[in-house]
Amino acid sequence: MEERATFNEEFIKEKRRQDMRHQVLTFSMLIIFTLISFGMVMSDLNAMFVRMVIILFAVVQVGFQLYYFMHMNEKGHGMPSLLFYGGCFAGFLTVLGLVVLTWW
Amino acid sequence: MTEQDIMNPKKMPLQPEKATLEGKNKFLGFWFFLGGEAVLFASLFGTYLALNGSLNGGKSAEEMFGLPLVFIMTMLLLTSSLTSVYAMHHLRNNDFKRLQLWMSITVILGLGFLACEIYEFYHYITDYGFTFRSSAFGSAFYTLVGFHGGHVVFGLAWITALIVRNAKRGLNLYNAPKYYIASLYWHFIDVVWVFIFTVVYLMGVL
Repeated sequence: MEERATFNEEFIKEKRRQDMRHQVLTFSMLIIFTLISFGMVMSDLNAMFVRMVIILFAVVQVGFQLYYFMHMNEKGHGMPSLLFYGGCFAGFLTVLGLVVLTWW
Repeated sequence: MTEQDIMNPKKMPLQPEKATLEGKNKFLGFWFFLGGEAVLFASLFGTYLALNGSLNGGKSAEEMFGLPLVFIMTMLLLTSSLTSVYAMHHLRNNDFKRLQLWMSITVILGLGFLACEIYEFYHYITDYGFTFRSSAFGSAFYTLVGFHGGHVVFGLAWITALIVRNAKRGLNLYNAPKYYIASLYWHFIDVVWVFIFTVVYLMGVL
């Protein structure tokens, strides 16, 4: 029984180490996305195209933050997701409403 | 779970931040709060997008914003997000010293971000006369970016208070949720900043 407990502990520690490696990988991805975004804005590419891409990159970056840094990929995040994305949906409608009103 | 188990746990559970009823409630309640924060910032973003062309004769975003400073601020905040992930890693490993250390590094990086932002606002106000009252663009800009800066200030005060208050206490099931929630808040600040540097600064100079 004692032996099994230590084995289990080792397993958990190893899993956490692995999780942490994924977090560092996530961090490097975020840095790369940020660099590409800044680089594209300073380049001579078509402005509308750049706008689309950097907004897409922002959404992807936020996804990484939510699912890795904020642990939403772990179990037991069903209700938090519902509550948080509910807010995001209301926020999306707000932005859409304001933008459509002024840009049309 | 008795008071004794919470304040002096014999063995740390796998997820100490959600081991008590209070911890579970805080976790759920805080995500709900973050949903509300998302609505708040979305409203400010929408307002900014609607008003950023109303210059009232002042300088435009393209003429004022400098990307190097924004890049430094982004790196500072992004790195502070990673350091608070390290803090949570050590929280779950029940390594209180390292938890405190990484939280402290997070605070230092956050202070660096804040210093840059104060310098930036100071620069706009003194060199361009771009203030909260100079145009609708100014009002929308300072409300959005300032609200984010205000969140940074609050987050720094919160994390500092946690570090100081628990310095002699050590980690237990009573304060583990507090650290976890503060780190969620800090990540959310970075999430908002990703949209700010994209929508306000990058799209501003495009």
